[in-house]
Amino acid sequence: MTMQGVQGEERTDLTKAESREIRRRSLRLLSSLVKPIRARLGIGFVAITIAQALRVAGPTLIALGIDQALPAAMKNDWTPLWLVAGAYLLSAIVTAVLQSFFIQYAARTNQNVLFDLRQRIFKHTQRLSIDFHETYTSGRVISRQTNDLDSIKELLDSGGNEMIAGLLSMIFTGIALMAQNQGAFGILLISFIPLGFLTRWFQKNTKLEYRKTRVASARLIVHFVETMTGIRAVKAFRKENANQEKYDVLVEDYRYVNARVIQLFGVFDPGLKMIGNITVAAILFIGGSQVIHGDLGLGVLTASILYARRFFDPMESIAMFYNAYQSAGSALEKISGVLEEEPSVPEPANPVALNNPRGHLAFNDVEFHYANGKTVLPPFNLDIPAGQTIAMVGTTGAGKSTLAKLVSRFYDPTHGAVTLDGIDLRSIANDNLRQAVVMVTQEAYLFSGSVAENIALGKPGATDEEIVAAAQAVGAHEFITSLPDGYNTDVNKRGGRVSAGQRQLISFARAFIADPAVLILDEATSSLDIPSERLVQIGLQTLLAGRTAIIIAHRLSTVSIADRVLVLEHGRIIEDDSPAVLIAGTGKFSKMHKAYRDSLV
Amino acid sequence: MNNNGTVATLLRIFPYAKKALPRISLGMGAALAGQMFALSIPQFLLHLVNSLASHGTIAKLIPLVLLVLLMGALEACMTLLRRWFVLTPGTHVEAGLRRSLYAKLQDLPISFHDRWPSGQLLSRVTGDLSLIRRWLSFGLVLFIANSITIVIGLAVLFSFHWILGLIFLVCSVPIWFRGYRFEKEYHTVARLSQDQAGDLATSVEEAVHGIRVLKAFGRGDFMAGKFATDADSLLKTELKKAGLSANILIYLILVPEFAVGLSLFAGVWLVASHQMTVGALVAFFATATVLRWPTESVGFLLSMTQDAKTAVERFFEVIDAPVDITDPEQLQTITKPLGRLEFKDVHFRFADTAADKPDLLRGVNLVLEPGESVALIGITGCGKSTLTALTTRLYDVTGGQVLVDGIDVRDLSREELRSHIAMAFEDATLFSASVRENVLLGNPDASEAELKQALEIAQAQFVYELPEGLETRIGEEGMSLSGGQRQRLALARSVAAKPEILVLDDPLSALDVDTEAMVEAALRTVLSTTTALIVAHRPSTVQLADKVALLEEGRITAFGKHSELLATNAHYRYVISSLDEEAAK
Repeated sequence: MTMQGVQGEERTDLTKAESREIRRRSLRLLSSLVKPIRARLGIGFVAITIAQALRVAGPTLIALGIDQALPAAMKNDWTPLWLVAGAYLLSAIVTAVLQSFFIQYAARTNQNVLFDLRQRIFKHTQRLSIDFHETYTSGRVISRQTNDLDSIKELLDSGGNEMIAGLLSMIFTGIALMAQNQGAFGILLISFIPLGFLTRWFQKNTKLEYRKTRVASARLIVHFVETMTGIRAVKAFRKENANQEKYDVLVEDYRYVNARVIQLFGVFDPGLKMIGNITVAAILFIGGSQVIHGDLGLGVLTASILYARRFFDPMESIAMFYNAYQSAGSALEKISGVLEEEPSVPEPANPVALNNPRGHLAFNDVEFHYANGKTVLPPFNLDIPAGQTIAMVGTTGAGKSTLAKLVSRFYDPTHGAVTLDGIDLRSIANDNLRQAVVMVTQEAYLFSGSVAENIALGKPGATDEEIVAAAQAVGAHEFITSLPDGYNTDVNKRGGRVSAGQRQLISFARAFIADPAVLILDEATSSLDIPSERLVQIGLQTLLAGRTAIIIAHRLSTVSIADRVLVLEHGRIIEDDSPAVLIAGTGKFSKMHKAYRDSLV
Repeated sequence: MNNNGTVATLLRIFPYAKKALPRISLGMGAALAGQMFALSIPQFLLHLVNSLASHGTIAKLIPLVLLVLLMGALEACMTLLRRWFVLTPGTHVEAGLRRSLYAKLQDLPISFHDRWPSGQLLSRVTGDLSLIRRWLSFGLVLFIANSITIVIGLAVLFSFHWILGLIFLVCSVPIWFRGYRFEKEYHTVARLSQDQAGDLATSVEEAVHGIRVLKAFGRGDFMAGKFATDADSLLKTELKKAGLSANILIYLILVPEFAVGLSLFAGVWLVASHQMTVGALVAFFATATVLRWPTESVGFLLSMTQDAKTAVERFFEVIDAPVDITDPEQLQTITKPLGRLEFKDVHFRFADTAADKPDLLRGVNLVLEPGESVALIGITGCGKSTLTALTTRLYDVTGGQVLVDGIDVRDLSREELRSHIAMAFEDATLFSASVRENVLLGNPDASEAELKQALEIAQAQFVYELPEGLETRIGEEGMSLSGGQRQRLALARSVAAKPEILVLDDPLSALDVDTEAMVEAALRTVLSTTTALIVAHRPSTVQLADKVALLEEGRITAFGKHSELLATNAHYRYVISSLDEEAAK
C-alpha cells in the first residue's frame, strides 16, 4: 500500500520507509511555509537573542555584587554597587521590552503562517476534482481544515516563542556557567546523558500515539458533522440512541488515545525536573567544596546555583513545545497528504484563450470509464452546433449526467476530447471555461447569506437590478418578495426555511445571471411544482435563445422546447433527432412519449 | 466580565467535573507541595552559605547538599503526582462534556438547527472542550497553587529582611492593576476570536458541501476570497490577543527583575551594614529565582482562564437552549395502532416570522382514515413540507392539534410517535453506514425478506450490484450515489420501517419516468394497507393516492378525488395540470 496523498491516511502502523517519506513531505510543507517569512524570523531572533543574553547576565551581576561590590561597600566605596545595581535594572527593562516586542512580533509571524496554510488548504480542496471529494468525504476535508489546523495553531501560539526563548536561555546560561565555573559546567554536560535518553523515549512513544489521536478526532468530527447535517432524518427515524452509542465509543476512543499522550508527557516533564534538581545539588556540592578550598567566591557559587536552576527552567516549556510539535506533526502529515493530491482535472499549463464563445460543442472519439475500469460511455462522436437546445433522455444510469459532467469538465474523458468552439476543454483556463459553461444540478445548494447573495454567486458584483431581473426571468421573484426580508432574507443553514423547489428556483436565477454560452441543466427542475415549472419553461425560452443548452429531464414536458433529442441507453446514443421526428417514429422515445401521455389525465 | 462573572461562569462547569474534583484538589495539593519543596531549598542554601562563609568543612557541607537533593527529588515527585492526579480525570470530564453536548444537540428541535450553522457547533465540540479540559487539569490547578506560592514566597522574602520583602510587594502593585484590566479586555477579544473561528469553520463546511455548485460556476476563487476575508478578521483578533498578552507580560517579566535589581542594591547595603548575613542574601536571590516562574505563569494562566470562561459560555449557550419539543409528563400510548391521522385546526408560524405576516398554516383540517392515502398538493412554498414535519413533531403546531389514532402527538413520547410514522424527505439523507443499515434505520430487526421487499418496492435493486452488495458502505451523505438512487434508498427506508403511517415528501422527484412508473406500481401494494400523506407535484404521483387535498393560503381548500377536483377546482387545475397537458398535445 502506498502513502501517496491521502491514501492510507487512517493507518498508524507505518513502516520506516513510509514514515520517512511522510516526514519529508511534512517538512517540505513546513519549509515552504517558513520561506516567505525568513526575514521576519531573523529580526525576531535578534530581538529574543538580545533579551535572553541580558537576562542571563542577571546572576553574573549578582555574583559581582556579592564578590566585588560587597567588599567595596564594606570599605565604604559605593560606586561598584551603584554600577552593578544600575546595570541590573537597565538589563531588566531592556529584556522586558524586547521580550514583549518579540511576542507581538512572533504572533504576527505565526498568524501569517497560519493564514497562509489555511488559504492553501482551502484553495487546494477547491481545486481538487469532484472524484476526490466523492471518495474523501466532506467530514474529513472539514476535519483537516479545523481540528488539524487548530493543533498547528497551538504549536505556533504557545510553543514557538517559548521554545526559541528557552533554547537561547539554556545556551546563554550554559556559556555563562562555563565562563564562571568549569566544574559546574562539567556536571551540566553530564546531565545531558540522561536527558537524551529521556527525550528519545518520549519521542518514540508519542509519535505513534499522536497519529492515533489525529485519526480518532477525524472520525469523531465526521460522525458529528453527519449527524448535524442530517438531523431531520436522525429524528424522524429515531436514530438518536444508536447515534449516541456510536458517538460515545468514538469519544472514548479519542479520550483514550489523548490520555495516553498526556500520560507520556506526565512522565517526561517530572523526569526533566528530577534531572535538573539532581544537577543543582551536584553543582552545589562541587561548588561548595571549591569554596572550602578557597578556589571560588561565594558570589560565583550563588551565580552557579542560580544558573543551574535557571538552566532547567525552560525545559518544561520546551517539553510542552515538543509535545505540541508532535501533535502538530501528525496534523501536518495529514494536511500535507491532502495538499499532495493532484486534481484529476488539472488546470492547463498553457491555456488557450476562449474569447466570445459561441457554444459549439463536439465530442471526438470520447470514451469514459471510472478508475475501477467500469465503462460508462463507450467511444462516441457527437456534434452540437452553437445555439442548439438538446434534451437528453434515458433511464437512470444511462450516462446522461456523466456526459453533462464531461461538458462542464467535472471529469475529463478517458480517451478522445471534448471541444468548445474547436478548443479542447483541457486547454481552456478554468475561470475562462466556467464563464462559458455553467451547470445547474438537482442538488441546489444554498450558502449562508441572503437570497440576493446566493443569486449573485453566478455573477459576483451584480447590481440589485440584475439580481431582480434574473429572479423575474425564472419566476422566482414572487416568492422571494414574500419572504420575511425579501431579497435580503437569510437562507440559513442548508436552506432550512426555503423549500426544495424554491432552492431550485434560486439556483436557476443564479445560472441565469451567469449568462453562459453553454448551459447544462441536470434535473434542475425536478422539485418544482407545475406552476413554477411553467414559469421556468417560459423563462427558458428567452434564456436559451442564442446559447447552447443541454437539458437532462425526467419529465418529457421539457422536451417540447428542445431542438433535438438524444436518447441514451447503457452509455450509447441510440436515437438522435428532432422531437417531432422521434415521436412520429417507432423507437424508444416514441414509446416513452406515449407512456408519458398516458400517464397524464 | 468582572471577577465575579468569571468565577460564576466557570463554576457552572463543576457539576460536570464532580467526579474529577477530589483528584483535581489532590493535584492542587501536590502542585503546592512541589512548590513548597522548591521554596525550601534556599533555606538550606542560607545555612550552607553561612557555614561556608565561616570556614566550613566538607563534613558540614554533605548533609546540607543531601537535603537540597532530597527537596529537589520531592519536588519532581510532586510534579509527577500532580500530573498523575489530574490528567486522566481531566480527559473524562472532557469526554463527558462532549457526550452531553451531542446528546443535547440531538434532543434540540429542528428550529434550533435551522438557526445554528453546524460549523459553530463543531467548533464547540472540538476546540472549546479541549480548552476547558486543559484549564481544569492544568490552568486551574496551577493558578491556585502558583498564587499561593507567590503569597508564601513573598512572606519568605520578608523573612530574610523586611526591606527586601517590601521592595517586592510594592513593585508588584502595578501587576494587580494590569491584571484586572487585562482580564476585562482579554475576555472580549477571546470571545470574538472563538466566534470567528466558528464562522470560519462554517465557511469551510459550506465550501465543502457546496463544492459542486462552486465548481459548476467556477466560484472557488470567489469563495476563497471570502474565506480569506474571514480568516483575516480572525488573524486581526488573534493579534489583538497577542498584543494584550505581550502587554501584561512586560509587567510580569519586568517587575520581578526590577525588584531583584533594587534588592541587589539594598541587600548588599544591608549585608555591608551588618543587618543581614551573606547566606540570607544568597538565599534571598535563590528564592526570588524560584518565584520567577510562578509569577510569569500568571500571565498565560490568566489568558487561559479567560479562554476557558468563553468556552464555558459557548458550551452553555447550547446546553441552556430550550428544548421546546419534549416528551410530555403524562405519557399516553397507542395500544392498538390503526393509523388514523388527523389535522385539527392546525396553525403554524415560524418563530421569527414578522408580526404583520399571517401564519403559514391557518387552520388546516384534514382526516386520513386508516389505510387511506392522500396526496397533498399546493404551490411551492405554501407549507406542504412544513405540514408533513408537524406529524412527527420536527416542529410543533402553534395552534390546533395533530392527532394519531385520536391522541394528540404531543401526548405521545417522541420515540413512540416516530415509530408509528415514517418519513421520506425530499433531500434524501443517507448516513455513513452500509446499505443495509441505512435501509433498516427505522426497523433494525426487520427480516431479510422484509428488507428485500422494501428494496423492491423502491426499485432499489441496484444496491445488489454495488461492490459489496448490501454491505457496501455508502459514503457520507451518500455522495457516491446519484440523486435518484439516494431517493429510492430513502423511500426503501421509510417502507422498511413498516409504519402505520407513511409521510412522503415528494418522494419520486429525482426518478426518471420508467423507474417512477415501476416504483408507483410497487408502492400501490403498500399504500393499500398503509395510511399515507404524500406531497406531490406531478399528476402521476397524485394518482398513487386515494384522495387529494389542496393546500392553499394556509388551509385545505379542496378535498376529494383527483378527477373531481380537476373538474371542479380552478386552482387545482392551475397547480397540477396545465403544463403537462399542453405538452401532451
